[in-house]
Amino acid sequence: MTRMRTRLIVLQILVVSLLVVLVVRLWQVQVVRGREFVATATEFRTRDVVVPALRGEILDASGRPLVRNRTSLVVSVDRTTLERLPDGGAAVLKRLGRVLGMPPDKLKQQIRACGPGVTRPCWPGSPYQPIPVDAQATNREALQILERQEDFPGVTAEIQPARYYPGGSEAAQMLGYLQPVTQHELEKREGLKASFSGVDLVGRDGLEATYDAALRGTSGLRRVQVDRMGKQIAVEQQRSPVTGDTLVTSIDARVQSIVEKAVAEAMKNNPQSDGAAAVVLDVKTGRVVAMASMPTYNPSVWTGGIAEHDYQRLLSSKSGKPLMSRAIKGEFAPGSTFKISSVSAMVADGSPLRGTYQCPSSYNVNGRAFPNAGGMSLGAISLHTALVKSCDTVFYRAGFEEWQRDGGNTPKSKVKEPMANMARAYGFGKRTGVDLPGESPGLIPDRAWKRNLWNATKDEMCKRAKTGYPEIKDAGRAAFSKRLAHENCAEGYILHAYEAANFSIGQGDVLVTPLQLARAYAALVGDGKLRSPRVGWALFRPDGTLVKEIKPPVVGKLPIDKETRDYIRRALSEVTSDGTAAGAFNGFPMKEVRIGGKTGTAEVYGKRDTSWFASFAPAENPRLVTVVMVSQGGFGAESAAPAARKIWEGIYGLGKNEKGKRLEPALPSGRPVERLPVIKRDGTVAQ
Amino acid sequence: MIQQAAVRRRSFASRAVGQGSAIRRMDGLLLLAVAALSIIGTLLVWSSTRSWTSVEPTAMVKKHVLNLFIGAALLMAVAMADYRWLKPAAPIAYGVALVGLLLVITPLGSTINGSHSWILLGGGFAVQPSELAKPALVLMLAMLLTETAARTDRPRAIGIALCLAVAGVATILVMLQPDLGTTMVLAVITGGVLVLAGVRKRWIAVVLALGVGGAMAVWSMGLLKPYQVARFTAFINPASDPRGAGYNSTQALVAVGSGELFGKGLFHGGQTTGRFVPEQHTDFIFTVVGEEFGFVGAVAVVLLLGVVLLRSLRIARQCDDRFGTLVAGGIVCWLAFQTFINVGMTIGIMPITGLPLPFVSYGGTATFANMIGIGLLQAIHLRDRSYGRGAG
Repeated sequence: MTRMRTRLIVLQILVVSLLVVLVVRLWQVQVVRGREFVATATEFRTRDVVVPALRGEILDASGRPLVRNRTSLVVSVDRTTLERLPDGGAAVLKRLGRVLGMPPDKLKQQIRACGPGVTRPCWPGSPYQPIPVDAQATNREALQILERQEDFPGVTAEIQPARYYPGGSEAAQMLGYLQPVTQHELEKREGLKASFSGVDLVGRDGLEATYDAALRGTSGLRRVQVDRMGKQIAVEQQRSPVTGDTLVTSIDARVQSIVEKAVAEAMKNNPQSDGAAAVVLDVKTGRVVAMASMPTYNPSVWTGGIAEHDYQRLLSSKSGKPLMSRAIKGEFAPGSTFKISSVSAMVADGSPLRGTYQCPSSYNVNGRAFPNAGGMSLGAISLHTALVKSCDTVFYRAGFEEWQRDGGNTPKSKVKEPMANMARAYGFGKRTGVDLPGESPGLIPDRAWKRNLWNATKDEMCKRAKTGYPEIKDAGRAAFSKRLAHENCAEGYILHAYEAANFSIGQGDVLVTPLQLARAYAALVGDGKLRSPRVGWALFRPDGTLVKEIKPPVVGKLPIDKETRDYIRRALSEVTSDGTAAGAFNGFPMKEVRIGGKTGTAEVYGKRDTSWFASFAPAENPRLVTVVMVSQGGFGAESAAPAARKIWEGIYGLGKNEKGKRLEPALPSGRPVERLPVIKRDGTVAQ
Repeated sequence: MIQQAAVRRRSFASRAVGQGSAIRRMDGLLLLAVAALSIIGTLLVWSSTRSWTSVEPTAMVKKHVLNLFIGAALLMAVAMADYRWLKPAAPIAYGVALVGLLLVITPLGSTINGSHSWILLGGGFAVQPSELAKPALVLMLAMLLTETAARTDRPRAIGIALCLAVAGVATILVMLQPDLGTTMVLAVITGGVLVLAGVRKRWIAVVLALGVGGAMAVWSMGLLKPYQVARFTAFINPASDPRGAGYNSTQALVAVGSGELFGKGLFHGGQTTGRFVPEQHTDFIFTVVGEEFGFVGAVAVVLLLGVVLLRSLRIARQCDDRFGTLVAGGIVCWLAFQTFINVGMTIGIMPITGLPLPFVSYGGTATFANMIGIGLLQAIHLRDRSYGRGAG
């Protein structure tokens, strides 16, 4: 028995030491490394689900909605639930495809995770987020899914907010659209990462893009506790989303509607035209009252993910690139509408405001005859008449003589270039700074521009001058191109006399956008200050408190005195009665409200002329400026001026509708809304 | 004889709890430790099963309490049985266990969690004969070694051979299920009892060699299921397959570790509620202790198990009967091995093996077997006391 007792003691020592090992290891795991395991456990146990905030609405100046939120039935699929099914959810997707009328393969693509080598359609968001597969489900489809949940595990149909555009295609380019945030944007926006998830959309163009940060609001975060299977069992922490701010714009929905109809009609009446744009500015404030671009499209195509063929249509030249706003991105030669700048330049450069100027039928520029349109010859006239009748030869001469004073083909070291500098003072050749993305700067073809262009192209030109164009088959054209290359190589840096003459009447290389022209006219007929136009007027919190008012900043002052400005304005006031637009405004009740304006007809090589009409009213004390541009619309008086007339009639309620009743004025006595709408605590607009 | 007759005349109730009764003469500390572990176990089973959706939240804990009561009754019955019956009962117990193990491999057996270890009785009840084989084997080995003992205090070769044969049959049947954990428990019991019985050191060496050789043979002949191989691989390197075999080990370690010093409180363990650790009411119940009661609670459970083991060893030492000592020693080997493996696997120092934590884990047959083991210890203790008093 002693041996047995010895061995029992050995066993006891063994047992005690094993227990000691356990206690020591427990100390190590729970006390020494406890913190570390607590962190790991939290990571295992919780999932962060982003709760997107309701996006703020966009309202017009009176509080009428331009973009609002509408609830739509969204069918979503929870991928983790599907993956746990024996067949990986194939049968569920097949059934779902039958209900929604979509091929199951397409559904499968939509819910797969984006990653290297996997491009859209795919899901870029969190796998714990239900993945929307149909954002426009019908009640019937939703009921089919909800009533047979046993057939559709992991599939939900719920009401979610989606963007809705009460005006349809109106102001589409200005309002912009939403798209899911891209990886690239996520990386660029360091601070926003936390508030972004795959379900969040980002404003991609127009106001939605410019005011994205304010409109988006702050996403909520729900930290859910999940079990081993990823099933949610509790909510550990919740931060409610904060609805985005409401953007009140200076747009007047009724004027916008009138403008849209007017330009659409102008295009219809001129079947050769390939685009049109119109801008209505508040002269006193520099705010945008309406802005339209044709062709347009209905931005609701973006809601719930755009279909591939819709996307291609938006981008294609065949459909006229409806995505592009011609009002801010379209660059066209301004034609005679540009003469306000040339007259200002002449006066500022010393030409007498009330002097007389010769208006022959043709003016000789360096041995080349520059004729008036239609061979018009008026003899000795005032600048007033030169503007009213749009006499080109007065300006050819001014432009040519200015060019000569600067040294002609051998420029002085310091050139004055009064016309180019005046154009810059009117805001041409640079972006207006409007609160819309993607604006074009336009172009002022001065001597410096010519030289820079030559520096950039001379190597190629000089090479071509030697080698010619062997790839051009037509011997005549090849020879012509070679001669041109030789000429450009040798003297491409020289601003020629004909270019200076063309520039004086807004032809040649000069390019402006409709918005640039509108604000130039607003500066001229207003207080002489150049403003950076704004569409956004104010941002309000959802509870109605004002976040900030957006004021169009003054960015320049016209270098001409009030007398000159008034003189030009009075001259333009007669264009609609005695000048180039008299025909277009025939019968317009000028006694009620006089419209001032200037037509423009810009030649485009190989195309029909660009038709312009820049106008303002009331002529005596202008409150609004309206610029209409019809690309390939012919003469200014032919398509743009009639469209502008429609707009003015609508604003003042001057025309008659189909029933012969007088139209309701869109803006009573032509005054834009001057006070911000009041947003009540519940977010609705006080009437 | 007169004394015994007097005892026999007393009522059952007074015999059970009265002055000088069996219960009063039992090892109280051992009973207390077992009771404490059972109560803690009940709370943990409740905590780990209340989030189940397949049954109502208290169904499992109710079943567990029922099992405990049956177990307690078995404990008492065995403890108060006449000690002299234990030796003759050994072959019967062994025979019953063997029949059970044989039935398991017939179509009557059922597979639960990859182990073909169960016989379903219907009504939601099932028995696991391999659990009952543990006390049965202890009894059988002790009996064989006592009956064949030589005067020299060393077991004779014939006894050792019989022991190995008896243990071998049971072990092979368990291996066929396959139940790696119980196989190891049976091997440890056999080795432990033989060593305690005074087998020569060279025999110990031979048995160890056979054990190692056998394990290697099992490994090389591919008798292990792939998941068992994976568990060992994962034990050596848990990061090798964190979603698969290493998953359990990692999750268990994280759950225990996240309990820190004082734990998150009963029912407040997030890992437990989320059921990240599998089999948390049975094999991995220690992770619930670790998470919800922290280091303090975990050590308390280990200490209580320590009390059980040390009191059992005390019973073994105090017993002057060779059979009793060997039975007590065998039970200590069994419970100590299972405790160390079970706790060790949740804290990353032992491979994942399907063994329950004695007195704490959910599981009917295991509870019965453990209670029978304690009953046997108490029976030895009682006999020892009465003999001791009688002698004094």
